[in-house]
Amino acid sequence: MRRGSVRSYGLHASVKARARASGPSASVEDRGGDRGGTLGRWRRRGTVDYRRMMVTERRAEAPTRPVGLLGQPVRRVEDAALLRGEGWFIDDIDPLPNTYHAAIVRSSVAHARLSGTDISAALEVDGVVGVLTSDDVAALSQPFPSVLDVPVDYRPAAVDVVRYVGEPVAVVVARDRYIAEDAAERVTVDYEPLAVAATVESALAPGAPVLHEAVGSNTLSDRHLRYGDPDGAFTRADLVVRKSFRVPRSTCTPVECFGVVCHWQKSTSSVVAWCNFQGPFTTHAVAAHALGIPASRLRLITPPDSGGSFGTKSSVYPYVVLMALASRRFGVPVRWTEDRVEHLLASSSATERVTEVEAAFSSEGRLLALRLDMIDDVGAYVRAPEPATLYRMHGCLAGAYDVADVDARARVVVTNRCPTGLNRGFGGPQLYLPLERTMAAAAGMLGMDPAELARRNLVPSSSMPYTTATGAVYDSGDYEACLDEALRLAGYSDARRDQGTARAEGRRIGIGLACVVEPSVSNMGYITLSQTPEARAQALPKSGNAEGVTIAMGPHGGVTVRFTTTPQGQGHATVATQVVADVLGVDPALVDVRTDADTAANPWTVSSGNYSSRFAAIGAGAVHVAAGRLAEQLRAIAAPLLGVEASAVELVGGAARVAGEPSRRVSIRRLAGAAHWDPAGLPPGVDAGLATTAYLALPGLDPPSADDRINSSATYGFLVDVAVVEVDPETFAVKILRYVTVHDAGRILNPLLAEGQVHGALAQGLGAALLERHVYDDQGQLLTASFLDYLVPTATELPEPVTAYFESPSPVTPLGAKGLGEGNTMSAPAAIANAVADALGLEDVEVPLTPGRLWSASAS
Amino acid sequence: MRRIEVDVNGSRHVRHVDERRLLSDFLRHDLGLRGTKVGCEHGVCGACTVLLDGAAVRSCLLLAVQVDGCRVDTVEGLAGPEGLHPLQEALHRHHGLQCGYCTAGILMTAVEMAGEAGPHSVEEIKQRLSGHICRCTGYAGIVAALSEVVGS
Ligand code: FES
Ligand code: FES
Repeated sequence: MRRGSVRSYGLHASVKARARASGPSASVEDRGGDRGGTLGRWRRRGTVDYRRMMVTERRAEAPTRPVGLLGQPVRRVEDAALLRGEGWFIDDIDPLPNTYHAAIVRSSVAHARLSGTDISAALEVDGVVGVLTSDDVAALSQPFPSVLDVPVDYRPAAVDVVRYVGEPVAVVVARDRYIAEDAAERVTVDYEPLAVAATVESALAPGAPVLHEAVGSNTLSDRHLRYGDPDGAFTRADLVVRKSFRVPRSTCTPVECFGVVCHWQKSTSSVVAWCNFQGPFTTHAVAAHALGIPASRLRLITPPDSGGSFGTKSSVYPYVVLMALASRRFGVPVRWTEDRVEHLLASSSATERVTEVEAAFSSEGRLLALRLDMIDDVGAYVRAPEPATLYRMHGCLAGAYDVADVDARARVVVTNRCPTGLNRGFGGPQLYLPLERTMAAAAGMLGMDPAELARRNLVPSSSMPYTTATGAVYDSGDYEACLDEALRLAGYSDARRDQGTARAEGRRIGIGLACVVEPSVSNMGYITLSQTPEARAQALPKSGNAEGVTIAMGPHGGVTVRFTTTPQGQGHATVATQVVADVLGVDPALVDVRTDADTAANPWTVSSGNYSSRFAAIGAGAVHVAAGRLAEQLRAIAAPLLGVEASAVELVGGAARVAGEPSRRVSIRRLAGAAHWDPAGLPPGVDAGLATTAYLALPGLDPPSADDRINSSATYGFLVDVAVVEVDPETFAVKILRYVTVHDAGRILNPLLAEGQVHGALAQGLGAALLERHVYDDQGQLLTASFLDYLVPTATELPEPVTAYFESPSPVTPLGAKGLGEGNTMSAPAAIANAVADALGLEDVEVPLTPGRLWSASAS
Repeated sequence: MRRIEVDVNGSRHVRHVDERRLLSDFLRHDLGLRGTKVGCEHGVCGACTVLLDGAAVRSCLLLAVQVDGCRVDTVEGLAGPEGLHPLQEALHRHHGLQCGYCTAGILMTAVEMAGEAGPHSVEEIKQRLSGHICRCTGYAGIVAALSEVVGS
């Protein structure tokens, strides 16, 4: 971590303070002047001791308003339990007595007709309650619905045909996990092999085996979308760059695997399921549909803690359905705990994308138009929320560049591989690797420095808010200022000079750049771009994104917050505590944030959950709105006691006091007591009960237009990465000499957590750049189904990045915050690939950039 | 079934266990010490690390019967009445955990290091940590925390 001098973390640091800071160059300051409402600023480093601060605040009978917690590097409230081993993760809870354990029998082949399953030997094992078979699944479930209107019969276990290695074919239910696994080995499955399509290419080849006969083709969706006049722009172009790319399957694979406990209640045909699901809750309805019950009869509960997810646990819901069916069939509660091999083999992975890019440039280096032909391999079935990966970035297909004309073909293809799903950055790595590699290649062809080419094309700050060709509204930002700062921190010009000297000495040093617009808070309507405008017109429109928060104050002034943001380590409770303590003027020690979700008890919407970096923007925003309403209630109760209008009451330091006359005060605890114990004495018009639920929907998220434009996310951050690498000319090992990442994620709510998110995303982005890939053979067998074969970065492989934060508050979110937890998974593979290609003078490199691959590429 | 006698965090436990029961399952599900986590059950991720007579071991690769007569230390034994262990404090200060799922294992490896002759260089700390997978933090906060307590 880079540390600078400690400066004020106050939220209103003046522009002058910014000018004095050593960070940005003078030219950045100059441009700042005309940015009006979206004026950004650089964040300085420092740490604040949270507990010491609290002590100060408690002593603060002083009349001055204490510094707010928001924007401060407040240490996490989550840590106390987690450090002691007192967290509650899914496998730590025993919600129901007499729960049985499941083991899943999985397909050993990638494509075959099921010709018979013999469960008799399994049933003989002492302690086995029963075996749920393919026939049971067919009889008791409905296919999962999909936004794609195609006859794909996707169930939680294979029916008649298996389509990927690891697909469930039966579930053994037994007294404990050991017995269940023993018995699962005694289930025999007969397969009639079918030809396998293990890659996009083989699935699209003439005569390819068709996965879903009723569809008749492996292409489930093919949309061709045009914006502006791309053909005209290509005709005018001085240079057209054409390149093909593959972003392979990889997985963020969290350290905690999936887990589910399910109970089917016969009398009411209802299900209660505990699971480490992460949303989006759109798939709650998908699961209920598959179970054939109304969504109101499926109660999903998540434990307070989840051991990471990074998108993957959005794919827990098919197992909720599977275990609910097992529970229904055998009349007992059923628990299933996934193991690592199952997780790598059959849970979910990032979507593999094959992209053909054509980019039209003028001789001055202006990017005039883009053509992107994108094919997403979603695996054997299209599992909701897929094909989200294909459309999530649709508003920002031209990334950070000002491009008027765009042509995009978007195809969804099935292969005999595990279904794909959300994976940190989903859609981003698939877009930015092709885009940023193409920019680097164009710079070479134009004889320009890549940084200069980027600068000529970045959306200028004077155009903010900027509407892209495909319909996104970039809400704020100064991209050029971030680029300048990243180049400065990387010592870019020196590095370029040293590169030449090093080359003369036989060393291979390369510099890579990536400019990335990072969307957050998905528009739930973008997925309907997979339908034609005519089909959309027939259906219920889909749009927006909303979150709900309940906040309640107890009789002693303690505050409880409940929401459905299903955190998995991001520190939602800490940020919510900061927001509530600031708005209500209470000691943060009095705030309890319940992170366990419960669809029967907490507020939630279909867009709830923890994905597309939505917490800072909409989750914390909704907490702010709910806390604001509770504050209004407290002010109304305090007003007659203080003899003033409610508008003259402020909540500070645990008291309601008259603004400007801090000695006229009443404690918040007393107000809470009055509300609970003396409801008859409440002022007229004030509701009894100190609790409120507020929902926040972010603006500007309409359904796709008739011409297929969409503001695919509510807000857009920006980052620039600069990587300096050295490639060993003998071993082709890649060493990262310097890594700089400069973010503009709007207002930073907690710089400590922001830095943690950046480090975490970068670790995963560098993993994808250098190590991580799911390798399949041509028969669809996964060769990387353990941590011995699927390599993730450990402490010895990661560099210490240099980070910096520019803050251009978002005008569309209540706190001015944008997401920032995914950007580096989008940027790092591109930045590293650009650096490595630069070091070795290669035109094409494939991620992950393993020594073997680089050696072959250099040899040819 | 076999009778075993184990000292866990200073308390003596006498139990009858199936010979094939994993130490991780024994600790978590028989003794209710659920702070020890299980991430891979094949000895790579390090989440299940505990101390066996003072040495860091992977409880997913050991059977409960193998620890008969031994002393086992788990994360639950680290914090005392005066508060958190210095390593726990340091992880908190350096934001060395996010989801917290890898944390117990990392703490036990760090406790083992703290018991050795130090100080440990940053390189050594990283080497020792390379037996643990953390998918959340990128390790910088963990390295900083450990350096502060067991480093030079
Ligand atoms: S669970 Fe033991 S090493 Fe992963
Ligand atoms: S904190 Fe989540 S795996 Fe380390």
